[in-house]
Amino acid sequence: MSDANAGARPKPGLIFEKSKPGRRAGRVPSYGLPVPELPAELRRESPPRLPDVPENDIFRHFTQLPDRNFGIDTGFYPLGSCTMKHNPRVNERVVGLPGFRDLHPLQEDEGAQGALELMWELEQILAEVAGLPAVTLQPAAGSQGELTGLMLMRAVFADRGEPGRNVIITADTAHGTNPASVTMAGFELEKVATTDRGNLDLEDLRAKVDDRTAGLMLTNPSTLGLFDEGIEAVAEIFHSRGALLYYDGANLNAVVGRSRPGDMGFDIVHYNLHKTFSQPHGGGGPGGGPVAVRSEIEPFLPAPTLVREGDVFRLDHDRPKSIGRVRGFAGPFGVFVRSYAFMRAYGPALKDMSEAAVLNANYLLARLKDVYDLPYDRLCMHEFVLSARTLKREHGITALDVAKRLMDHRIHPPTIYFPLVVPEALMIEPTETETKERLDEFVDAMRSIAGEAVNDPDVLKSAPLTRPVRRLDEVKAAKHPIVRYPFEPEAEEARIEAG
Amino acid sequence: MSIAGYLSLTDADLSAMLEAIGVSSIDDLFEQIPEGVRFDRPLDVPEALPEAALVRHFEELAARNADTSRELSFLGMGIYDHYVPSIVDTFLSRGELLTAYTPYQPEMSQGVLQAIFEYQTAICELTGMDVSNASGYDGTTVAADACFIARHHTGRSKVVLAETLNPMVRQVVKTYAPGFGMEVTEVPHDGGTIDPARFAGEARDAAIAIFQQPNAFGCLEPAPELAAAANEGGALSVAHVDLASLGLLEAPGAYGCAMAIGEGQSIGNYQSYGGPHYGFLAAGNEFIRRMPGRIVGETTDLEGRRGFVLTLQTREQHIRREKATSNMTTNQTLLALAGLITLCWLGPEGLRELGETCTALAAYAKERVGLPLAFERPTFKEVAFRTPIPAREVVARARERGVHPGYPLGRDYPGLDDVLLVALTEKRTPADVDRLADVLSEVCS
Repeated sequence: MSDANAGARPKPGLIFEKSKPGRRAGRVPSYGLPVPELPAELRRESPPRLPDVPENDIFRHFTQLPDRNFGIDTGFYPLGSCTMKHNPRVNERVVGLPGFRDLHPLQEDEGAQGALELMWELEQILAEVAGLPAVTLQPAAGSQGELTGLMLMRAVFADRGEPGRNVIITADTAHGTNPASVTMAGFELEKVATTDRGNLDLEDLRAKVDDRTAGLMLTNPSTLGLFDEGIEAVAEIFHSRGALLYYDGANLNAVVGRSRPGDMGFDIVHYNLHKTFSQPHGGGGPGGGPVAVRSEIEPFLPAPTLVREGDVFRLDHDRPKSIGRVRGFAGPFGVFVRSYAFMRAYGPALKDMSEAAVLNANYLLARLKDVYDLPYDRLCMHEFVLSARTLKREHGITALDVAKRLMDHRIHPPTIYFPLVVPEALMIEPTETETKERLDEFVDAMRSIAGEAVNDPDVLKSAPLTRPVRRLDEVKAAKHPIVRYPFEPEAEEARIEAG
Repeated sequence: MSIAGYLSLTDADLSAMLEAIGVSSIDDLFEQIPEGVRFDRPLDVPEALPEAALVRHFEELAARNADTSRELSFLGMGIYDHYVPSIVDTFLSRGELLTAYTPYQPEMSQGVLQAIFEYQTAICELTGMDVSNASGYDGTTVAADACFIARHHTGRSKVVLAETLNPMVRQVVKTYAPGFGMEVTEVPHDGGTIDPARFAGEARDAAIAIFQQPNAFGCLEPAPELAAAANEGGALSVAHVDLASLGLLEAPGAYGCAMAIGEGQSIGNYQSYGGPHYGFLAAGNEFIRRMPGRIVGETTDLEGRRGFVLTLQTREQHIRREKATSNMTTNQTLLALAGLITLCWLGPEGLRELGETCTALAAYAKERVGLPLAFERPTFKEVAFRTPIPAREVVARARERGVHPGYPLGRDYPGLDDVLLVALTEKRTPADVDRLADVLSEVCS
């Protein structure tokens, strides 16, 4: 292998390649009890090929893997639309209290009063933040919150005797989850255009909203990081024609304590507890996607709902108008514990959190707009979108090249190629917890990359140079999918030879 | 603006930043919000707590829950008090994984990508399938995901659910089905399990037929016959299985299922009052392009080294939008990796031993508890007993004696008010079962 650094980089084989028959780690107590015979036709014939590895080697393996990963703890992570803020460790400590961690979800309500009170307190704070009175904590993630919201719309219109309302309107800047949720909920999709200032096109909307329209799904501020300046008119267009407004809370981190979706005219809102309220993203999950609604929609919320009677809390399963259950039990409880802890660390200063997020984003925007294209030249909210289209046209350097080179500065790249309305998009969200020094380092890195695009474009094309792997062949991965370890001996030998 | 919570902004920073932006105050930044929708009073939320006070507040809340370290519990019904090895906590606290996003940038994410690839391999091995996604939300939503796959794969619209499939799973499928343009039919049990002939009858014009092994009553279904019944009818046969049983019980792939799904909590996750946990969904190769959620694939880098990437992303919402196979983006990766580590720690021997101990304890409970069995069927780790008074009453009285004896099935099955479902995991001992038996005989007499 030609790589001079190969010896310095750990190359962890797969755990399955470290297996040797006869070795093992964990042992399970048997209590000396006789084991009954299971019916032969139901018994497993050959054991699963799980690895036989001693515990010390498992520890080493699962210590080397994080070494090849990058999190917020590792460094700056301005991944637009993902709100990669600090994840306080006290939240992990309290979620591990046995009273939460070892509580069975089917425990009687009187044996779970502490958990139910915590959930009730969380609901109160979420309701205040959204300006809407009724909350369900059940949805597992933002996209499930979206689906729940759409199911609520269907239920509302069925109840009103207007089942013909079957069209959902989304913005052309919407996250992919919005149109995908529309399909899964059985609605038809219609798109509305965005103006040059990044607001919804009101003319286009007036032409499209009619008695077949169930509602709007909107992120505000949008994925361009811009607050829709015409939001009051937008709400009026929908409400005056009997339709509803759904708020995608992906960008709620911009407006906590400054503006409330309920006051903007939204009827249904989801929150991303893993964005705004600091549930760690965990390499992909878990998340939490609570939904808040106006009181008229409350009867349709997923069952069970949480009820307070004096000082006693209980889950109410008797909900005849409910859309039903959208996931197991009362929702992702551990996420509730962490987010509630995060909220309690701020108190009313959650507003300061959003202010700092908006300040940080505008500072970066101000310091970068002379070296990258800025398609919408306005103050931004908590994030903004730059474009590398001039770099591409003049030097052949794409948003992807910029992203890969940032890795060599030990900075996680921004979101790229989204939103789709901006070519060569770089979507940057610093979050509130980064200091000015970190922001300045990012500015220096971005400006240095823009310089390299002119002076040394080859280094950008070959970046990253300092990560455990270079650019990976994604086309090959999709064309001939290898999605599990194959176990065949030839394949294993080939791997060993390849080093 | 104050330096609250986790903020760090000094006055000097603030003025330098405002100057760079070209505005004079924070308020200027929020001018773009129309006046009519600005929020101009303080948030009415509880006061801020410094860390030590915060911990005390949470300790007080936690102390008001009867968790399984405080109450001897035999609750199961989908969530189980299995042992979580210490290595899980160590690994999950690593910030490089805990605080990372979905691995869209593979060069920054080889650790989590490789771990997911290993997770997919382990799930495929346990279930006997070709491909596994990198997790669904939980054991309920993966059933809805399977229905969505079946709707598009078969073009049919009927969903057949065994009545012995966990009630919450059935409820979630019923919530999702109308949006998919599907309707749900349930097959009643016959003495605790599903009659394959009856299942075959319903599956004849169905898109999908789902059963659970071991079922919601703890009984072992004639799973190979149910799978065959669904397959003969042209429906996708789907087994909802418990990973903890798959060291002893046959893999769904080995008896012809199209897909295997389930709740992963029993392997590697704490009970956590119901979540977050991970749902798994594994299938035959023919379904790979219809799978929901993330899938990691192996490839090579510029220098020919092995590496891992998210693959087949053209299925997903961020590329395919309204034509995507699912709307899922955030999933349950960290919990799924806890499952992987637990499976590696157990190994094939440990997984078999786990199953054997659970089965042995269940057999011991049948012997010791002086109540008749509700169903004459073989069992794995849960046993349904018939109680002389309503099972809910048994639970209330036993809890007064410090024992949670199990789940009263009447909560979900109207005819089964006198049935108590007792779950046995390797964390319970024969002495615990003796105590359960004593308490049950006291409260039932």
